[in-house]
Amino acid sequence: MRWLLVAVIAAATTVSDLLQAAAMKRHGEICDFRPGALGRLLGMLVRNRLIIASVVAMAVSFFAFLALLSVADLSFAVPATAGSYVIETVLAKYILKEPVNWLRWAGASLVACGVALLSL
Amino acid sequence: MNVHAARLRLKTRFFTLLVVLSSVCGNFSLSWGMRQFGRFATFSPLVYIRAVMNPFVALGITLLIVWLLSHMTLLSWADLSYVLPVTSSGYVLSALAGRVFLHEDISVYRWAGILLITAGVALVARTAPHRSGAPS
Repeated sequence: MRWLLVAVIAAATTVSDLLQAAAMKRHGEICDFRPGALGRLLGMLVRNRLIIASVVAMAVSFFAFLALLSVADLSFAVPATAGSYVIETVLAKYILKEPVNWLRWAGASLVACGVALLSL
Repeated sequence: MNVHAARLRLKTRFFTLLVVLSSVCGNFSLSWGMRQFGRFATFSPLVYIRAVMNPFVALGITLLIVWLLSHMTLLSWADLSYVLPVTSSGYVLSALAGRVFLHEDISVYRWAGILLITAGVALVARTAPHRSGAPS
């Protein structure tokens, strides 16, 4: 049960992050942090289909996370769901076409090893 | 380093900190709130609706919204492959919060895992946050 929930969280988080990154990549750098500009930005984002889909995926991840917290410790629940980080780095390179150099690969690999240790 | 690069670095550090803190505090608050419900033996929506009415779970959700907005802001100039590992530094704080406030056991293996994650974060933090083609 615990690992099924971890798998659901990892898949939903990956989809959510990729959609969010794609949407924000299209939008471009946010430079204006005045309240009016932030309000307009928020209004635009809530109508963005990629953001809406991202929030739906995040909601799936969130409720699965709540269920996981009811059967596992926080120190297991949070790190165990980090498996999605490595998958997301691979997808960021091939889907979002991000430049992933050796430092980022090494960093993602260390995070993956850390996650494996955390789940022992 | 020009003015824009310095501003971008400062912005990146500020929003990374905001993402990490909102995530850690949000997870801690959710965990604290969920402890009052015990094990979920059902997938009935009513159980989840009752859970989100709990003040700690509600605070956790509020912090999750802060996390979402700061995460999106950070992603508007930084690569996903940069943001994800760098913000995973929250695992160390989550583990400490679990240990100190919830009295959860953290084995030697888990501490070793946390150290590896921290090393991974340190490596990725050495790279430029922004995508190719963005101003540096």
